Parts: sequence; structure tokens; C-alpha cells
Amino acid sequence: MPSAPQTASAPAQHGLAEHSHGGWATRPVQSRAERFASSHREDFPRVTGLEPEWRLTPVRELGALLDGALDGGRYDVEAESGLASVTWIPRDDARIGSAGLAEDRAAANAWESVEGALLLSVPEGAETELVVRRAAFGPEPRAAHTVVEARAGSRSTIVLESTGAAQLAENVEILVREGAQLTLVSVQEWDEDARHLASHFARLERDAVLRHIVVSLGGRIVRVNPSAELAGEGSDVEMLGVYFSLDGQHLEHRTYVHHAAAHTRSRVTYKGALQGAGARSVWVGDVLIGPDASGTDSYEQNRNLVLTEGARADSVPNLEIETGDIVGAGHASATGRFDDEQLFYLQSRGIREPDARRLVVLGFLGEIVQRIGRPELERHLHARIARALGDPEAQAPAAGEAS
Amino acid sequence: MSELQIRDLRVSIATDQGTKDILKGVDLTVRSGETHAIMGPNGSGKSTLAYTIAGHPRYTVEGGSITLDGEDVLAMSVDARARAGIFLAMQYPVEIPGVTVTNFLRTAKTAIDGAAPSIRGWRKTVAESMAALRMDASFAERNVNEGFSGGEKKRHEIVQLELLKPKFAVLDETDSGLDVDALKIVSEGVNRVKADTGLGILLITHYTRILRYIRPDFVHVFVDGHVAEEGGPELADRLEDEGYDRYVSGTASVG
Repeated sequence: MPSAPQTASAPAQHGLAEHSHGGWATRPVQSRAERFASSHREDFPRVTGLEPEWRLTPVRELGALLDGALDGGRYDVEAESGLASVTWIPRDDARIGSAGLAEDRAAANAWESVEGALLLSVPEGAETELVVRRAAFGPEPRAAHTVVEARAGSRSTIVLESTGAAQLAENVEILVREGAQLTLVSVQEWDEDARHLASHFARLERDAVLRHIVVSLGGRIVRVNPSAELAGEGSDVEMLGVYFSLDGQHLEHRTYVHHAAAHTRSRVTYKGALQGAGARSVWVGDVLIGPDASGTDSYEQNRNLVLTEGARADSVPNLEIETGDIVGAGHASATGRFDDEQLFYLQSRGIREPDARRLVVLGFLGEIVQRIGRPELERHLHARIARALGDPEAQAPAAGEAS
Repeated sequence: MSELQIRDLRVSIATDQGTKDILKGVDLTVRSGETHAIMGPNGSGKSTLAYTIAGHPRYTVEGGSITLDGEDVLAMSVDARARAGIFLAMQYPVEIPGVTVTNFLRTAKTAIDGAAPSIRGWRKTVAESMAALRMDASFAERNVNEGFSGGEKKRHEIVQLELLKPKFAVLDETDSGLDVDALKIVSEGVNRVKADTGLGILLITHYTRILRYIRPDFVHVFVDGHVAEEGGPELADRLEDEGYDRYVSGTASVG
């Protein structure tokens, strides 16, 4: 059992708001930064599906992760490691909880259920790459906690690949120390009946740079909520996301960027395509520019391409500004159908309709994929998306693609 | 020798006010090696003819025929028309985010030829064509038409014309929005393709300016959805002096 629950510094007032109502029509939490947080599941009321943070999620299918007992033991990982280390750390390690704390019931359930955390650590000043593959969670409800630590001055790329069966609630803490540059790629390619609720908490120290990339393709319900606190002056986060929701899939991403320090920069770009009558996606993007974040430069956007009737994409950008002294803050959201003029243009060059459609969708999603910076993974994702779009020859990368 | 034959072509579009007839019986025959200028005032149906030949779904063919060497073009899908040898250089080329020019050109060439071009030779061919049209090599890695200026889009259309080698090209107001230098570059490109491949050209334009650089064999004046007058290049010279008033006022008096 866990030790005494950790709680955020000012939970009383807002915890009260959360506890006493639980309905989104009642008084909202005043600021995104003041959202209630706790490591203890029962500090959160039972989820009804009416809460702002759950109302777009099929919560009835998530009972096991929200309310049930979770197996928080170790699981098998496969790692391709250079200079970075992959180890298990106990619950009382000081790094756990240092980047954030669970802000919803599923995350808290995971937090208090884990026996320890998987630590992915990049030594100070090191330049390296690390690929961690997780394929053995199995169908039983589980909890996981991961701490990623990019120590000062390091430059690294870490890829977290998830496949296979899963019912997983997890927290991922990402510590980007002073001057470190980290690219973290989280790829969800679960089996089609998998359920996955993830909260990522990144904390960036002075002059740290994080590229956080989420790729969600497989799974029945996948909800990844990445947050980044720009705690150190001059820190910089880029959050990229790409998702392709097919019939019966619910893919959800709630991003949150907190500009807490001066001269910080953020860019959030999430793009998704939906195909099939039951395909769903949700993107909610919160940006908070705090009172001390003078000189902030922030922009977030979400684009969705709806390929068939009956698919539904929700897209909600939110911007809170508590200082007037900023460089820029903007947001954009667009959800559109397939552009027939693009189709006509490609077909008028001899390209058959299904190939033209694939080209457009791959182009649309590829804008994110091609920014991962790992050619092998990019080709794999490209081929996977092409297969989902019905390309019979998408097993191998497109001929002559190198350029 | 190929022949593109248009007979009694009647075309409508759906508008909020109901169906509107645009083309009201167009007859035209273009053979390999011939350049036909289609001229006329705005709204006369010139672009409708261009898009109908290419098969844009917005236009409904009410009657008549288009055949290419006897084959029924109207029965073909948009892409099948392109593979049969018809090319439309568009007035407003479409942007395709995330698809590079290189990828697009290779995909189109593969579709038209039925086999992928050899990688090395193809790259050289593309580079040469782009250089001839004064397009910087960096355009190859840019997304199709994204962020291109009006002139760059038109030059990119002519690069495609040169690479895809159609039997017939419809150039829809390729001259619009071009300054004199760009107009020369684009015209030289068209003339070079014609010299190399002997294609037939249907050059749609409002102004006579481009006809100084691309000399037409035939000029057809379009008014109110049909050909009001036909002649040789001298007709274009007369239009330059007199404009379209003569045709337009004549139409107005008919009602």
C-alpha cells in the first residue's frame, strides 16, 4: 500500500469545487493551474461522464481503470539503449512526483497502485538514443509509472513504443534538466480492443528544450494527456501529435502547456484523420500564460480531416493569459472534410482516386510524422497509415522514397 | 496524329438559383501539332470548356460529345482522361499539404506511364525541366503549390506538362497574373514542349498578350457559351484592337 497521499499545494478550495459538484455546468475551476491534483484515487469523486475532463470520453467502458484494482507490478520491457539507463526505482524515489501529480481519477488510481517506476535516465551531457518497447501488459487492468530524466546538457531521443493487448492506466513524468534537449516519442499501436489512459507530466528547467511527440493509431480507447510546465526561463516545448481513428476507435489527447517562467516558448500541433462511422477523436488544448511568464511566445493548433460520414472530431483550444507582456499567443482549430479540389487536381494528373485519397491523407498526417526525425520509425508509421487507408502495397516503404 | 473532337457540347452547372446552362453547343476539333486559342469575355464559358474536358464533377454534360481518337472521353473518369493523354493546366492550381513536388511528380508520371520512371534518369529530367522554367531546385522538396506565388504555380503547371507529355493540353488562363518575364518563361516552356512532343494545344485566354509568344494556328471567339467567330491568327490581332464589345452587344440585343 502507498504511503500518505501527496496532494497539490492548494487543493482545499478547488478540491472542494471538484468534490461537491462533479458537474461541468456548475462553477468551473478558475484557472487550469489550480486544477485539483492528488496521488490518491478516492480523493477524486466517481466519474459520471458529465465532468468537463471526461464528458467527451466513453467512461462507461473504463470502469476497470477508473475504479478497479490495478496490477502495479513490474512488466517486461525491451530496450535498445546507448548511454541512457533503464532501471526500476522504488516508490519513494524523490523523482516520483517531482514533475506533476495525478489530476484525474484514473491517473490517481495508477499512481497509488504502482510498486515502483521505470526510470529512463540520460546522463549529464550525454548524446544518445533510447528505444523502449512495451508489448507484454496483457489484457488484465494494470498501472504503470515511468520517469524520464534528461540530465543537464544532454541531447537525446527516447522512443516509447507500446503494442499488444492492454488495459493500462499510467503516468509518465518527464524531467528535462537545465539546458537538456529531449525528444520523446510515445507511439500507441495497441491491439484493437485495448484501453489506455495516460497522463504525461513534463517539467522543463532553464533553457531546456522538449519535443514531445504522440502517435496514436491502435487501440479501442486511447487517451493521452500530455502537460508541460515551462518552469525555467528560456525553456521551450514543442508538442506534436498525430492520430488516425478508424471505425469504433476513440482517440483523445488533452494537451496543457503552462508558461510559468519568463521568455518561454511553446508550439502545439496535433493533426488527425478519422475514417469510419464510429471513429471519434478529441483534442483539448489548454495553454496558460502565468503572471511571471513575460515574453511568452505560444501557439497551438489542431487540424482534423474527416474522411467519411458519421465520424466525429471534437477540437477545443483554450487560452488563459495572466500577463500582458507577451510576444505572441495564438490558437487555431479546423476540422474539415476531404477537399474535392485536391482530389480533382491529383486525378487530373492521372492518379487514380484511391491513390489520390491516400496521397492527400498521408500528406496531411505526414507533416507530423516526418518531424519525428527517425527515418525507420517514420517509414513504419507511414506504411501503417497507408495500410489503414487500404493500400495493398504499403508493407514496404514507397519505392524510391529516399531523396 | 491524334484528334480531339468536340461536338455540340452542352454543359450546365447547378447554382442556388437552379440549373444554369453555360455551354450551348460547342464544336471544335484540335489535331496534334495545332494550337487553338479560345478567346472571349469573362463568363462566356471558356473555363467551363476546360474543366469539362478534364472531367470536373461540378459540370454536368447535357448533351454532345468529346472524343479522343474516337474514344468517348465523357465516359472516362478524371484520371482515365489524363492517362488517355489529356492535360489541364489550371488557372488556380491546388495546394496539397504534406505532399512534396518530387513525390507528386513521380506518382503522376508512374500513373500516366503505368510504370515507375527510373530513379536516376527521372531526377535529372525533373531538374532540367525545373531549371528551364527557372524554378529553384528547392521547389522539389516543397509541398505541392503550398506557399508558391501565382507565377510559381503556373511554372509548376508547365513543368508537369513537360514531364507528363500529354497528347493534348488545355491551358486555362495560364497567362493570368504573370508579369512579362514570367509570361515569356512560361510561353517558352509551352513552345518547347510542343516542339518536342508535337502535342495539340487549346489555349484559353482573355487577353491577346500571350499570343505574341505562343502563336495560334486558329482563333475561336467564345460568346455566351458557343463559338461566335473563328479564324486564323489575324482574328486575335483584330480582337486586340477592337475588344469583345462587338460580340457582347450583339448578344445583348438578342436578349
